[in-house]
Amino acid sequence: MVKVSIWGSLRSATDGMAEVEVKAKNFREVLEALKRDYPGLGPEIDRGVSLAIDGVIIRESWFTPVQADSEVILMPYMQGG
Amino acid sequence: MALDEYQKRDFKIIGTRQPRPDGIDKVTGRALYGADITAPGMLYAAMLRAPHAHANIKSIDTSRAEAMSEVKAVVTAADFVQGLGDDTQDVIDACIARDKVLYDGHGVVAIAATSRAAARRALKLIQVEYEVLPHAVEIDDALAAGAPVIQAGRRGNKVPKGYNDNCTNWCEFGHGDLDAGFAKADKIISRSFRTAATHQGYIEPHACLASMGPDGQGDLWCCTQGQYFVRTLCAEIIGMEESRLRVTSSEIGGGFGGKTTVFIEPIALMLSKKAGRPVKMTMSRDEVFKATGPTVSSVTDVRIGMTRDGRITAGEAFLRYQGGAFPCLTIFPGAQSAFAVYDLSAVRTRAVNVMTNRPRQAAYRAPGAPMAIYAVESVVDELCQEFGLDPLEVRLLNAASKGTKSSYGPTFDDIGLLATLKAAKAHPHYTAPLGPNQGRGLSCGFWFNFGGNTSVSLNVNFDGTIGVTEGNPDIGGSRVSISMMAAEELGVPYDKVRTIVADTNSLGHNDVTDGSRVTFAVGLATIKAARAAIGEMCRRAARVWDIDEDAVIWEDGHAKPAGPNAGSHQPMSLAEIARQSPNTGGPISGHHEVNAEGAGVSFGVHLCDLEVDPETGFTTILRYTVFQDAGRAIHPDFVEGQMQGGAAQGIGWALNEEYIYGKDGRLQNAGFLDYRIPVASDLPKIDTVILEIPNPGHPYGVRGVGETSIVPPLAAISNAVSRTIGVRMQELPMSPPKILAAIKSAGN
Repeated sequence: MVKVSIWGSLRSATDGMAEVEVKAKNFREVLEALKRDYPGLGPEIDRGVSLAIDGVIIRESWFTPVQADSEVILMPYMQGG
Repeated sequence: MALDEYQKRDFKIIGTRQPRPDGIDKVTGRALYGADITAPGMLYAAMLRAPHAHANIKSIDTSRAEAMSEVKAVVTAADFVQGLGDDTQDVIDACIARDKVLYDGHGVVAIAATSRAAARRALKLIQVEYEVLPHAVEIDDALAAGAPVIQAGRRGNKVPKGYNDNCTNWCEFGHGDLDAGFAKADKIISRSFRTAATHQGYIEPHACLASMGPDGQGDLWCCTQGQYFVRTLCAEIIGMEESRLRVTSSEIGGGFGGKTTVFIEPIALMLSKKAGRPVKMTMSRDEVFKATGPTVSSVTDVRIGMTRDGRITAGEAFLRYQGGAFPCLTIFPGAQSAFAVYDLSAVRTRAVNVMTNRPRQAAYRAPGAPMAIYAVESVVDELCQEFGLDPLEVRLLNAASKGTKSSYGPTFDDIGLLATLKAAKAHPHYTAPLGPNQGRGLSCGFWFNFGGNTSVSLNVNFDGTIGVTEGNPDIGGSRVSISMMAAEELGVPYDKVRTIVADTNSLGHNDVTDGSRVTFAVGLATIKAARAAIGEMCRRAARVWDIDEDAVIWEDGHAKPAGPNAGSHQPMSLAEIARQSPNTGGPISGHHEVNAEGAGVSFGVHLCDLEVDPETGFTTILRYTVFQDAGRAIHPDFVEGQMQGGAAQGIGWALNEEYIYGKDGRLQNAGFLDYRIPVASDLPKIDTVILEIPNPGHPYGVRGVGETSIVPPLAAISNAVSRTIGVRMQELPMSPPKILAAIKSAGN
């Protein structure tokens, strides 16, 4: 299981939990699991999100591995100028 | 996930200052910008723009214009497919109004005619009947109870109760116990800050040439920060497959984020489609100001607690941004970055986006961060004054570093903030004496940076020269930097490499030139493309020598035999291998395609000395120094240029630049005479100190440098002015009347 931190305004979709656990071994599986276990996150994830995995912001790469002890933070999809 | 791309090595070319390949073209006028492209039979486009901030369109009568023999096409919103996804629909709706106009200057009808004069005459013949509606151009007005609803049905589902239907997006970030944090503070200061909308101020107005053929294939030439994104947007808006639209980017006269979307390109394509002829469309400066995207304006409430020895115990901020008449996500990086430079155990940011009757905002260097960090850094400075503490020491005490849980969630790995702060402390600027009416301010800055989808092709020409093809417009010297990385990796002189920017059909996808991504991501792909070519060249040499390819190594631009069974062959140069390539297997090239992750966050520190004239409130910047972590400066000139450019734009933002609206909701200063960007005479020489803390996510350690530099100037200058006049300034720009009023209000 992987612990995923949820940013504040999405916690209404996780029963107020700031951190949830999902079964996943990579970026894609984290997002799929979040959508499955917490359907309220689906629209936000479908619009585009990033994951910070052990401090590195990953925007799209599905097969980026996550470990059971990884720090995984759900983040908005990053855009710049 | 540990990043391990970086390998320490000695460089021969990286870090030198090579001549830019586009320099002569740009100073002689040979370079082709968006407006320089022409085609036989070309028509000229013009856009009728609304004279109201908010109005229903009751009717449009284009019959008299269409009766003109010179007019070949007329386009309204009715010509475009409706029901696109929200994001794309917003893009075209911002270009041309559907049922109502949403801001002063909103496009209503486009004409293509045989001359510019005829197009302008035709515009005057168009009759549009408007029903003028109440408007709201300021954040407070748009948030107020009873405010006119800019677009119905766009209220965000995350927006809390109590906010009206103009509120489209909401976010919250943070961690820790705020109450406990504030309880530990010896002093808590709460302030509210405002920043005006500012334009990116690129010198080249938007321009394009569109040519749609009767077979449904099209070509588009335009000035943009991302030809592939233009293709994606336009293909969806026009209703065509991407492969049938080729987009070629011109040289670009500045972008800074403002050319990461489209404003005229789909209109020109539709006009061309209807007319069956190429259509050229260019914006005037007035149109650029009125109908392209400035940055957001903001109101930010900040509350920070500090102990008397300078430790920040808690911080919170509430950001209200307006990004024009459409939903806008700039609140997210704003709220994430507000406290990112600090190591805090209790922090919270909340943010809401509110629609107003202004043009749809576009990205501007580190979008959302400068205004948020300005507010935070202003309060930190005031707390330092309150306790008589050195503001740089307080930053050192509280700075985020390796192991810090950032205010937006992730734990930082190796970052360069402490190093930049220490460099600032050691620099003679920090202790230089100040005169009467002079003050010094400092601020930290932060930006995320990212990589993104990238394709590079590298060709080894038969004569031993190298051609690199990449897909990002050169907005900051990227061609020279990419050529340098290719030359370094291949072991050939810099002048043997030429890098060009490809059109969308000549190379795989490349994301928009944003996020300070190009030197990082395209550089990474170039290095790996060069390594692929090296691998092939070693294989060719092995075949010539009739030895195993594993027995060939690459050193200093030569294939060399290595290992016990390799024999004693003379090293073979890249030029020799290239010349023999028709005989050894054909042309040699290397490619690399990647969605580059691991860009590495970036920090900067700015020091500013200035003088305020107490009689007029006029501010003169006396001395300015930028300290920034570049990871590895590929070409120091261009890194310094990015640092200086961001500082210059930030100085304009802090002191002069603002969108000014009249009571009628119309923009009052749509031109450079009244919208005052800094010119050379307004600025001192901006000194730079480049720090190099390698990014483990790049083979040479590169971090993006293009955006962080615009973040600190707002607070650095505001802090300097505040210390000089003895009044805490809370609004940008700090134009002379505002400073004078502040001086008088304090009785100074």
